[in-house]
Amino acid sequence: MHGHGTYIPQNKALAWFERRLPVLGLLKSSFVDYPTPRNLNYWWTFGGILTVVLMVQIVTGVVLVMHYTPSSADAFDSVEHIMRNVNYGWLLRYIHANGASMFFLAVYVHIFRGLYYGSYKDPREVLWILGVILFLLMMATAFMGYVLPWGQMSFWAATVITNLFSALPFVGEPIVTWLWGGYSVDEPTLKRFFSLHYLLPFVILGVAMLHIWALHVVGQNNPAGIDVKSNKDTVAFTPYATIKDSFALICFFILFAYLVFYLPNYLGHSDNYIPANPLQTPAHIVPEWYFLPFYAILRAIPSKLGGVIAMFASIVVLVFVPWLDTSKVRSARYRPLYKQFFWILLVVCIGLGYLGAKPAEGGYIIAARILTAYYFLHFLVILPLLGFIEKPKPLPSSIAESVLKGKESDPMPAKG
Amino acid sequence: MATTAGTTRRDFLYIATGAAGAVGVAAAAWPLIHQMNPDASVLALASTDVDLTPIAEGQIITVKWRGKPVFVSHRSKKEIDEARAVPLNQLPDPQPDQSRVKEGKDQWLVVVGVCTHLGCVPLGHQGDFDGWFCPCHGSHYDTSGRIRRGPAPLNLEVPPYAFVSDTSIRIG
Repeated sequence: MHGHGTYIPQNKALAWFERRLPVLGLLKSSFVDYPTPRNLNYWWTFGGILTVVLMVQIVTGVVLVMHYTPSSADAFDSVEHIMRNVNYGWLLRYIHANGASMFFLAVYVHIFRGLYYGSYKDPREVLWILGVILFLLMMATAFMGYVLPWGQMSFWAATVITNLFSALPFVGEPIVTWLWGGYSVDEPTLKRFFSLHYLLPFVILGVAMLHIWALHVVGQNNPAGIDVKSNKDTVAFTPYATIKDSFALICFFILFAYLVFYLPNYLGHSDNYIPANPLQTPAHIVPEWYFLPFYAILRAIPSKLGGVIAMFASIVVLVFVPWLDTSKVRSARYRPLYKQFFWILLVVCIGLGYLGAKPAEGGYIIAARILTAYYFLHFLVILPLLGFIEKPKPLPSSIAESVLKGKESDPMPAKG
Repeated sequence: MATTAGTTRRDFLYIATGAAGAVGVAAAAWPLIHQMNPDASVLALASTDVDLTPIAEGQIITVKWRGKPVFVSHRSKKEIDEARAVPLNQLPDPQPDQSRVKEGKDQWLVVVGVCTHLGCVPLGHQGDFDGWFCPCHGSHYDTSGRIRRGPAPLNLEVPPYAFVSDTSIRIG
């Protein structure tokens, strides 16, 4: 979002406007002329996908609110009213509910793309940290949205998650009472969650703009992980990135549409079609799939406060990744050891997700402890040490050279 | 004015203005924060009376108090003996069974039915200690509602209650 001010529209009225508020020049320099590395592969399309999914969530959310009633007596029925009576209500709600899952699917790909290609390294630390903040905001928003239908899973998810704060010494209980507005999850809790669930997406939108701004200041990373050196290394955002992003978006939306139209409840829990009952906990409560790895970490630690600290630490540790990774080489393509540890980390995270869905007993607990220990080991020990013991492969002299000559074996081959 | 003079009247004015502003912001923020605490209608929630006569020995009933479940357990002789036979040093949150019931009313155990781990409702007559078992994260409680194994840090809370008569209690 820089370099504007030189653009003068042909149309006289637009030129008049542009002299007073140069917004067209800003858009043109940011999304048309903006130089993107010519070697970007499809893993780089998820930023655009995330932007569109956020828009879908905001638009469907705003119209769902026109029919939803945020009260403990009527919330469940109003959701059923949306499903049965409101014109296309079933479609809007299924898009919104599955949209949350698609949002997390895309953000996890986006995060692991960043980890693989070292997109968090100098000079992109602030860009990366804004991303971690966006991830936390998404988690808060998704959690509060899940509470709104006021089914059994909504109620008990709200109870368990707010109770996490009761682990804090001394201030824990007053904080939980304050969050609830009472002595249990009830009417006041639902109302404030509804208010915040409406607010936070716009906060996400704001932070996402900062994220894109920071991206456009430092420029995009790329699969080779080396800096842009000349015009030969880049292509214009439009049409190259625009078309590539659009194609990826369509493919992503085919999956999205498949879930909405053929498996709309596949990622949900049938217990949430039972109205909330404060006197009975469902026999097997599990969070939505996108929280499962963190849930596994929470349950792996045999102490209440310890489990809560470990769970929050597993996200906060991401903030420090730019400084925990001591290697100067960004892309895993040229880091033979890191590349292997990256895939182990990915398998460990999926394993934690699997264990989060299993009952907290016997071998599952032991496995969750091992994987939790490995998760922290990766960030706190392996990542710092690798920079000292690993011998990176020689880097290409430029992005153009890496595209035109260096076709190395790579699990994420460049298609640009 | 000499730049080496250290603090000046202007520095004082900056700090005083900043301090007054901070106090003003805090005062303005407090109503916005405090409105989320329990309101008058929640605080005024009445106490709950429970008639004990229909509860058979060995039976646990659940009543609602302050929006939360409360378990009233009519314990058998065996359950009381089990609870009292445990050495206190084996308990994560040591508390004798006697201190968790009213004197002379050993058969009546009244506890808040909220797991002290993350707030799920434990299931009665289950788990490895014949008391309660929490299905969420696997905490086991004994016949005195004390935590024996699992992630919960504390015993099930005993709410404030009193015997109104021999067959009736008032919780709250």
